[in-house]
Amino acid sequence: MKQLMLGNEAVARGLYEAGCMFVSSYPGTPSTEITEAIAKYPEVYAEWAPNEKVAMEAAFGASLAGRRSFCGMKHVGLNVAADPLFTISYTGVNAGMVIGVADDAGMHSSQNEQDSRYYAKSAKIPMLEPSDSAEAIAYAKAAYDISEKFDTPVLLKMCTRVSHSQSVVETGERVEQLKEYQKDIAKYVMMPGNAKKRHPVVEARTAALVDFAENTELNRVEEGWDHKMGIITSSTSYQYVKEVLGDRYPVMKLGMIWPMPDEKIRVFAASVETLVIVEELEGFIESHCRDLGLACVGKSNFSNIGELMPLDVAKQLSTPWETGVKLEENIPPRPPVMCAGCPHRGLFYTLKKNKLTVLGDIGCYTLGAVAPLGAVDSVICMGASVSGLHGFSKSQNGAMDNRTVAVIGDSTFIHSGITGLVNMAYNESNATVIIVDNSITGMTGHQQNPTTGFNLKGDPCTKIDLETLCRAVGIRRVRVVDPYDLAQCDAAIKEELSANEPSVIISRRPCALLKYVKHKAPLTVDTEKCVGCKACMKIGCPAVSIVNGRAKVDATQCVGCGVCQQLCKFGALKEV
Amino acid sequence: METKSIMIVGVGGQGSLLASKLLGRLLLTRGYDIKVSEVHGMSQRGGSVVTYVRYGDKVYSPVIDKGQADCIVSFELLEAARWTEYLKPGGKIIVNTQQINPMPVIIGAAEYPGDLVEKMQSTGIDVDAFDALSLAEQAGSPKAVNIVLMGHLSRNFDFTEEEWLTALEQSVAPKFLEMNKKAFTLGRNA
Repeated sequence: MKQLMLGNEAVARGLYEAGCMFVSSYPGTPSTEITEAIAKYPEVYAEWAPNEKVAMEAAFGASLAGRRSFCGMKHVGLNVAADPLFTISYTGVNAGMVIGVADDAGMHSSQNEQDSRYYAKSAKIPMLEPSDSAEAIAYAKAAYDISEKFDTPVLLKMCTRVSHSQSVVETGERVEQLKEYQKDIAKYVMMPGNAKKRHPVVEARTAALVDFAENTELNRVEEGWDHKMGIITSSTSYQYVKEVLGDRYPVMKLGMIWPMPDEKIRVFAASVETLVIVEELEGFIESHCRDLGLACVGKSNFSNIGELMPLDVAKQLSTPWETGVKLEENIPPRPPVMCAGCPHRGLFYTLKKNKLTVLGDIGCYTLGAVAPLGAVDSVICMGASVSGLHGFSKSQNGAMDNRTVAVIGDSTFIHSGITGLVNMAYNESNATVIIVDNSITGMTGHQQNPTTGFNLKGDPCTKIDLETLCRAVGIRRVRVVDPYDLAQCDAAIKEELSANEPSVIISRRPCALLKYVKHKAPLTVDTEKCVGCKACMKIGCPAVSIVNGRAKVDATQCVGCGVCQQLCKFGALKEV
Repeated sequence: METKSIMIVGVGGQGSLLASKLLGRLLLTRGYDIKVSEVHGMSQRGGSVVTYVRYGDKVYSPVIDKGQADCIVSFELLEAARWTEYLKPGGKIIVNTQQINPMPVIIGAAEYPGDLVEKMQSTGIDVDAFDALSLAEQAGSPKAVNIVLMGHLSRNFDFTEEEWLTALEQSVAPKFLEMNKKAFTLGRNA
């Protein structure tokens, strides 16, 4: 039966049909739905791991034990898991192991737009790259066959437009095949003596994979009637090439992006007048073609910045394209904002009011950097707030200690904030970490994590107690505040900053979008009392605005959190 | 059949994902090739969001680029104005006249432009503007604005009202079905 399926759900379907038994992932846009979807199949064990490194190592363990396994992550998550990645390449697998990685060109929800294809080349691991949902199913299954045939983990590379587009698929049956665990010290114990013997095995494997790439149906040539130009492409770029140019020029579509079919590329290049490479982000295929000694057009014409779009292909390949009418009007941008009732808002307001330097982290609370709050000074990667705070504090001999804090979410703290806190305790920096605990992994769309008391399948499970954890690593000053209570937040922050030892403040209140959170009635404005001072506007709440010189509360958005109320000296904001 | 392209634009949280799900489900019953591209993650948080729906004999690109949209359904007025360049010459914009101020307007750093419907019309764009929010409230919830708009969009397709309502049944939770059916019919007759 034909059905519409999201790219990420299609990956999950492919894993299911391939008999995958074990999935461990860390959420990250645009990869998250793969693991959410696989969790719905009762035959598959699936979990959220604390971070991508743990997920990949767990997936390797399952493969070693003889069960087909998968771990999924976003592009920057693969950096976290890069350590096991490079060595699992050496050991190879027992049962098939597939690593899903989803790039985010255009940075819809990411801090950089690195190109994951280089990991395949660098770690010497084959990488498949589907261009729609039907291919996502097929390639996930093919990945397991390649993994077991060539004794290698396989990278399955997604991108925002393939992950988050629905297209038509047909599903198949699940086939399970189990392997026995077999002890093999020379293969699996990567101490120097053994690893030295494994490296040549990896090189021979890559050579065998190049032969495979020459003949596999994953790499295909689609004929065209005009040989003035021939295009090599993959992923969504393939879709854009076909969209714009139809069947005019011959197209080589690479479904296996690493290693590449050298001979097939040479033959293709010889059959056309100009070889053009159309690919998103870096010139990965292009560089390989140049290494093969082939002249080609690539990043000289196409940008390596942002998403590639159909219009870019049309412009660069001289195809006429008519755009619509742009309105001659100053259209204000609409950037994302913290939701009405977001528990982070009150905390960031307090940080701004105290003019603190804030080392921020990855999550919804990164939006604390946006006007009018503007309360975040740096955001790098998961966990960098805590470790960065230590360096910031130590390097100045404590001169900034009473003015500097780190802010990190509950899930991010578990992911990679703990080690930074251990460093602070061990090397004795006198600074304050604020854990914004909204009892969920918010930005990726409400995933459970080790601090929520529920697992991926929604079942109750062990709940990591943040207070106990912080004390256990050596932080003696640990306290909890309610971010809806501005006075309490303010007092706690002042006290902890003036204390002469490291401290942790847990700002705790569940995400306002969680279904179980009960909201109060929207506030109303007493227009007699409101003087239009705009004090309530300082928190940047989307539900509050000034209309005709008086505050106005949007009743469809307001959840009655009362933070704006605490800023009004005239008692104009009222509960119904 | 040549590929048709519909863009659904609005503000994160307005329910465009459900609208595109409904549309996708309906189009599938005719055996079209379909692609629906969505926005997840950070940009959903009250930001400008866009969903692309494309169908035909063979659909390649999951996204719609400038000048490709046969129809833009805008859940909010400013968002309609933001995306006009994506409309095909002769295309149509269906717009909910509801205004939601973006943060730069809320904090006074920018102004919400006036007379946007007239300004769009003056460039020759076919603008079908109506107050979908009132109709959603009439149906029982301001959140049904997405279904009111789908009801209005339905007038441009040759699917029967019954076919639409069947797809709607498969797309919404049973306890909200009656309200959404009402919203759909109000939008269709608006």
